[in-house]
Amino acid sequence: MMSNTVWIILACAAVTYLTRCGGHLIIAQFGEIHHRLRAALAAVPTAVLTALVAPSFLTHGLAEGLAISAAALIALRFSIIISTFASLIILVGLRTIIG
Amino acid sequence: MTAQNLERAAKPDWLHGVLDAFPILIAVIPFGALFGAVAVKSGLDVPTAILASASIYAGASQFVMLDLLGQQVPVWSIILAVFAVNFRHVLYSASLSQHLTHFSPLQIALSFFFLVDPQFAAGETRAEKGKLTPAYYFAYAASLYSVWLLVSWLGALFGGMIEDPAVYGIDFILPLYFIGLVMGFRQRRFFWPILGTSATVSMIAYFTLGNPWHIAAGGIAGMLLGAAMSQPPEVE
Repeated sequence: MMSNTVWIILACAAVTYLTRCGGHLIIAQFGEIHHRLRAALAAVPTAVLTALVAPSFLTHGLAEGLAISAAALIALRFSIIISTFASLIILVGLRTIIG
Repeated sequence: MTAQNLERAAKPDWLHGVLDAFPILIAVIPFGALFGAVAVKSGLDVPTAILASASIYAGASQFVMLDLLGQQVPVWSIILAVFAVNFRHVLYSASLSQHLTHFSPLQIALSFFFLVDPQFAAGETRAEKGKLTPAYYFAYAASLYSVWLLVSWLGALFGGMIEDPAVYGIDFILPLYFIGLVMGFRQRRFFWPILGTSATVSMIAYFTLGNPWHIAAGGIAGMLLGAAMSQPPEVE
């Protein structure tokens, strides 16, 4: 018997593979992609990840909101590993100060 | 014998693949370990965490999945969010498919399984410089994939030893990581308008429609804006 989580993971793997062969299949079928569709696809990661994070900026607390802002600023200059861990340290610091 | 032939005789293609993967491994190691650790903290057991890394093999979307698994949202919304985060791969495979002329149909099908961001970059660069061979592509893929699995496993073992995630802020690491991912796209066209629109629409949807509708609403709003602002390419 497999748990629910295992099925969800396998479904996620299936849709991920679909995106990875999708472009090849579209090109094989239709040739070029219309520029507006291409722009919409190019916008997907920015749009979806922003939509995912946006509420947590407001719904957690002051320390968490500030830590997200710090992560965004640090990421402008440094790699994502550095921005993630630096803002994590800032968050822990702010939580002890603000409570 | 031409210079190119000589060079190829000196170093086989697969070795180039392994060597080119090396610098990327430095970036992959902390990520994979972090995934394993956060997965275990989110309630997955070690084999299930490894299964996620082995079958999905797409770092950012694996974190999105963990985040949503913890939020008690409907299953379809988890799968849709993973699909959306990985949507950029459609563009990768559209572009890479032009360079797979030396691949058999089975190799083409398999090559797309491994099409993560650095793999795409390496494949394109290799094709730009000469030809992309299956030996190069799969040697690069095998290096990245095996290290990804190994560090996911180590991270999962280590994650089990962390007792109170809130002390280290690990309960909030995912939003901090996601915002860093977002900033990584800032060179793309219309980045700031898309970010502003998606953030605004997402917050409104979150407080009116509720979880998980903010993801789809904010995502679609950003896509529509990108499509609306797009200009036709210049005819050559």
